[in-house]
Amino acid sequence: MGIDRRKFFKVSGLTALGLAGGSVSKVFSRETPYGDSVQTRTWGTEPPKGPLTAQRWAMVIDLRKCHEQPDCNDCVAACHSTHNVPDWGNPKDEVKWIWKESFEHAFHDQEHPYQQESLKYLPALVLCNHCDNPPCVRVCPTGATWKRDKDGIVMMDWHRCIGCRYCVVACPYGSRSFNWRDPRPKIQKIEPDFPTRSRGVVEKCTFCEERLARGMLPACVEACKYGAMHFGDLEDADSNVRKLLSERYTIRRKPGLGTNPEVYYIV
Amino acid sequence: MYDAGKVILGIVVFLALVTFPLWYNLAGDASVAAPDLEKAEGTQCVEDAEWMRGHHMDLLDDWRDEVVRDGERYFVGPDGQRMEKSLSNTCLSCHVNKDKFCDRCHNYMSVDPYCWDCHVIPKEVM
Repeated sequence: MGIDRRKFFKVSGLTALGLAGGSVSKVFSRETPYGDSVQTRTWGTEPPKGPLTAQRWAMVIDLRKCHEQPDCNDCVAACHSTHNVPDWGNPKDEVKWIWKESFEHAFHDQEHPYQQESLKYLPALVLCNHCDNPPCVRVCPTGATWKRDKDGIVMMDWHRCIGCRYCVVACPYGSRSFNWRDPRPKIQKIEPDFPTRSRGVVEKCTFCEERLARGMLPACVEACKYGAMHFGDLEDADSNVRKLLSERYTIRRKPGLGTNPEVYYIV
Repeated sequence: MYDAGKVILGIVVFLALVTFPLWYNLAGDASVAAPDLEKAEGTQCVEDAEWMRGHHMDLLDDWRDEVVRDGERYFVGPDGQRMEKSLSNTCLSCHVNKDKFCDRCHNYMSVDPYCWDCHVIPKEVM
């Protein structure tokens, strides 16, 4: 007796499955395109001459000097032009890396109704605090933001950001902005040395890690002509920031939250 | 099998229809000439041209991760020269016309990479 109908369907079904399975697995297995050459390649890992390095970067901002120059906006302008930050002109779409906030908003747990007039109304410079215990990093589902082991900078990888905005919600300092729309048309002059962002991506201050790698101080620190911003290594006992911290009374934003922010303010 | 003739005829017609584009292209010579890419200005690419043709996207992916995630911004090219791992500043400094190099081939291959959504084309900015 030859092959019956039941057996024919069984065999043909299995054959079809096998054929399909073979080609499907080929599609999904991403063969590495490199031959052996990638292992022998000489990737250079040495930094350029004179990068700025530290165990733990930190910033000290002298608010009293800022208060003497209420119209000065140099640091904000320098930062935003260096990093291609768009200017939307409305708070709804606003993207910002460093900006001015009133004292009572920036330090709302440290103010009281009888505060010194000069403090109460004059704005404080605020930016990403590059926390030692960053809540934004804990919530990021893709690893697009992370704390760099070597110097504590809370980094952004815009390639990996999927725009879920968990980090925007998690950050207690409002340091993160979301690109609701394509930022390019709203960038006054595109700086060719730095990428722009695309729609649907979160951005924030990166302590100018790209400038540090080239041996330059952060753009805001460099732009401040009144010496109100200081940037240095917190782990180095002789550094400028450690000196200031040991000599002056300094405060941090929302210290009670346990994020351990690394931007200090002289008031 | 009932109606074997009709079933087999149906299968044959089905296969003919599904594979029609293949036959049609084979018969009608639908090939498109490979794009004419502009010569680079430099003399030495980071790898040889043949390898780059197939693997530049993997190289760029690697560069991206090494620069952003590991902070390794420089590499030593085949002639011992140290260069920055940068699409905008290194690649496009020799391949000056993105539209006559990158775009022509990407259009030919019908791929649409989104590198330039963020990365700046120096020529367009200047």
